[in-house]
Amino acid sequence: MFMIQEKVITWFLACRTTDVPQNGGVCVKYQDEQIALFNFSRRGEWYATQNLCPHRMQMALSRGMIGTQNDEPKVACPFHKKTFSLASGKCLSGDDCGDIKTYPVKIENDLVYIGVEDNE
Amino acid sequence: MKIVVIGNGMVGYKFCEKLTAKAQPGQFEIVVFGEETRPAYDRVHLSEYFAGKTADDLTMAGLDWYAEKNIRLYLGDPISYIDRDNKTVRSHHGINESYDYLILATGSAAFVPPIPGVEKEGVFIYRTIEDLELMTAYAKKAKVGAVIGGGLLGLEAAKAMIDLGVTNTHVIEFAPRLMPRQIDEAGSNILKTKLESLGLSIHTSKNTSEILGDQFITGMQFTDDTKLDVDMLVISAGIKPRDELAKLAGLETGHRGGIVVNDKLGTADPFIFAIGECALHNGMIYGLVAPGYEMAEVVATNLMGGDKSFTGFDMSTKLKLIGVDVASFGDPFVAASEGKTIVLEDSMKGIYKRINVSPDGKYLLGGILIGDAEAYNMLLQTTKNKVVLPPNPEDVILGARGGSGNEGGAGVLSLPDDALICSCESVSKGDICGAVCDGNETMDAIKKCTKAGTGCGGCVPMVKDLITHTLKSQGKYVRNVICEHFNYSRQELYDLVKVHKLMTFDEVLDKLGTGDGCELCKPPVASILASLWNEMILAKGNDTAQDSNDRFLANIQKGGTYSVVPRIPGGEITPEKLIVIGEVAKKYNLYTKITGGQRIDLFGAHVNDLPAIWSELIAAGFESGHAYGKALRTVKSCVGSTWCRFGLHDSVSFAIRIEERYRGLRAPHKLKSAVSGCIRECAEAQSKDFGIIATEKGWNLYVCGNGGSKPQHALLLATDLDSETCIKYIDRFLMFYIKTADPLTRTATWLNKMEGGIDYLRNVVVNDSLGIGEQLEAEMQTLVDNYKCEWKEAVENPEIRKRFTHFVNAPEAKDPSIQFEPMREQKKAKEWK
Repeated sequence: MFMIQEKVITWFLACRTTDVPQNGGVCVKYQDEQIALFNFSRRGEWYATQNLCPHRMQMALSRGMIGTQNDEPKVACPFHKKTFSLASGKCLSGDDCGDIKTYPVKIENDLVYIGVEDNE
Repeated sequence: MKIVVIGNGMVGYKFCEKLTAKAQPGQFEIVVFGEETRPAYDRVHLSEYFAGKTADDLTMAGLDWYAEKNIRLYLGDPISYIDRDNKTVRSHHGINESYDYLILATGSAAFVPPIPGVEKEGVFIYRTIEDLELMTAYAKKAKVGAVIGGGLLGLEAAKAMIDLGVTNTHVIEFAPRLMPRQIDEAGSNILKTKLESLGLSIHTSKNTSEILGDQFITGMQFTDDTKLDVDMLVISAGIKPRDELAKLAGLETGHRGGIVVNDKLGTADPFIFAIGECALHNGMIYGLVAPGYEMAEVVATNLMGGDKSFTGFDMSTKLKLIGVDVASFGDPFVAASEGKTIVLEDSMKGIYKRINVSPDGKYLLGGILIGDAEAYNMLLQTTKNKVVLPPNPEDVILGARGGSGNEGGAGVLSLPDDALICSCESVSKGDICGAVCDGNETMDAIKKCTKAGTGCGGCVPMVKDLITHTLKSQGKYVRNVICEHFNYSRQELYDLVKVHKLMTFDEVLDKLGTGDGCELCKPPVASILASLWNEMILAKGNDTAQDSNDRFLANIQKGGTYSVVPRIPGGEITPEKLIVIGEVAKKYNLYTKITGGQRIDLFGAHVNDLPAIWSELIAAGFESGHAYGKALRTVKSCVGSTWCRFGLHDSVSFAIRIEERYRGLRAPHKLKSAVSGCIRECAEAQSKDFGIIATEKGWNLYVCGNGGSKPQHALLLATDLDSETCIKYIDRFLMFYIKTADPLTRTATWLNKMEGGIDYLRNVVVNDSLGIGEQLEAEMQTLVDNYKCEWKEAVENPEIRKRFTHFVNAPEAKDPSIQFEPMREQKKAKEWK
């Protein structure tokens, strides 16, 4: 038998689609959280992850460069070029600096919504 | 079984390497005693010590290698006594070791002829790194130098003198010609003319009778009653085998030195072998490294139970003497009765080639090459492998090879598989091609797995040819491609982007690449676009292809704040502007520091504040310093002739002119420059990518220097230039670098990888050998004319300006995670984890 846990996702309005540069990222403030939001326009995809790079605990991933590695979308931290999968949050740099949290993103009427979990 | 090796020179080391490679771990206990305090180093390339190589670079293997191989190494502790009856040795420091087999690899010492006065200060020998260090210290006060010995070692020593700055150097040779053992008289004359044109004075048939001076050398007296005033003398007149220990142990030594050995390199004592320059085989001392290595191979093989003999060695040699190729192979002096000789002499170009052909014209017996030795490896292999010559044997020296890779390759391919390519390490053509097929597709990989090219390095071009041709024959073509999205090298990409007139990263990716790009290809493509078109780098579509620093036109620092560096050309600044910097720093609470490039760095700026900070700086007349870009950083200057009592020219004005010309220039890596007003070199121009030093007659231009992690002195490109010519050469140099260097390659590394090195670069820049000089200048002029301050454009463009926020949904808010700590009345970033 599986335990079924109730997860409630709350969608909050982050910004307009035009606020995010093409193939680039911005940082979104949600309460006390910092979320990196990426507009991967070349693939027509949107991603959101934590803004904190776990390597040196720097709030910087939103300023990182995005791209792909064997078709896996990724972001490279501007500090030391640690790379993380945008899809799974896994660290791709082959060392154990840790994985990052990802968030769902949806676009409605040129507005960007990010989903956060309320574990209650 | 216990082996004791006496001597830790190149051959002694090679013996250890070969034996440990063949043996099972633990099969031998190996103990090595060395007289010098350093582990074995590459004596063949000793003169490169002056060209920037360090003692570490020259080391054959570090101490950890000996530890890893379980070899006990005693340095600075020569053996003073061998007890053959009890099979033990005793070292100078009193260490006793027993042995089953003893290997003498004691090498040789410089031969110092018994001339009265050789003990005076300022007289040196040229043999060890310590000798070089002594010479270096003394050369600082020497103006005129001399070298006794016009052979191979003597000319190396003369090069060392020139490298040390003693450009007025005399070479004194007792014989009637230079390099009497390797080349004939006609070749020697060409070599002499060439060396004289480079500033050396050559005296042949000259015999030194006395060294003059009281405590220090002041001159030399010759037997022909002439005299020469010199401040410094290096004696490099040959070698003397170090056989004193063997002699003391009662082993047979030769008349003129050397430990007598048989074809197994064994002495009269069945437990003692001698290898390298101390061994006298068949009446011959082998003063080259390759035969020494072969001796090490023979002894190591036989200790493993094999059966190898040493039966003499080919003494062919190729070297570059002060920029002049000299090679001699096979039998260079065939007598008329034993063969025919073909000679090509071009005294205009300083080229001399001689080949000796068998009487039937079918085989090559040997020859001499001066001035152009490109064909050396081919000719040597043709000789050794008895390859049948073409119907007109002169074709082999009359440029049939020409220098084009294809023809050269065809030559390599014609060799049999057992042809020896690397004679230092005995690696055959078959070994190399086999290794390439096994996946070792680069020169480094081949060096690692076969050791080919790790000795004298003479075979490297041939090995490269073999790699290329083996790969081609497998249908492979290997290039230094950028990443998985672009199957091109940076140079190819540069040309393609230019030809297709591509303006944005996406256009380049669509046309020339695959996939979606990544952090490896975006910055180099963005840099190429900037170098080609010099458009605002944050223009739409290219902003997110810029490295983070370029994207925010500032350097990201610890904690996530940015630094601000306004341009201060030449380091000259008015009091008014200094006050503005101070006021801006106070207003935005910035940490200030003077940089190494003579400007002021303002740290700790929030990304939101950057546009406001720059607006104030621009209003006061500042512009971007490009400290964040792979671009020209600063042109440092000393104060020059306007104030300095030594200054020859106005270095500050010239530095400002240079900095303003190349400001904003995007390149494969950052560029630094400096201008010094005299040879005291206060601006440290010789550590820069391009540096300029004033002379009595104009400017000397140095290129490809580097500070950084691997410091390298800049090399002199051209001398006594007027300002216009100097700028013309810099234009050409920088454009050539921008067009051909790999991403993130500084000029120093670029030059180190360039085939032909500084001579080739000088040919391209100064002599315009590729005929692209005017084109390079025109391309540079376009970039100079297109320059705009990108910070000015950024603050004036609302679209760009709005990107300078931390939170997209709270533009006024600053990153609350940023924290500072106080330090010495200013602040610093909070230490990260």
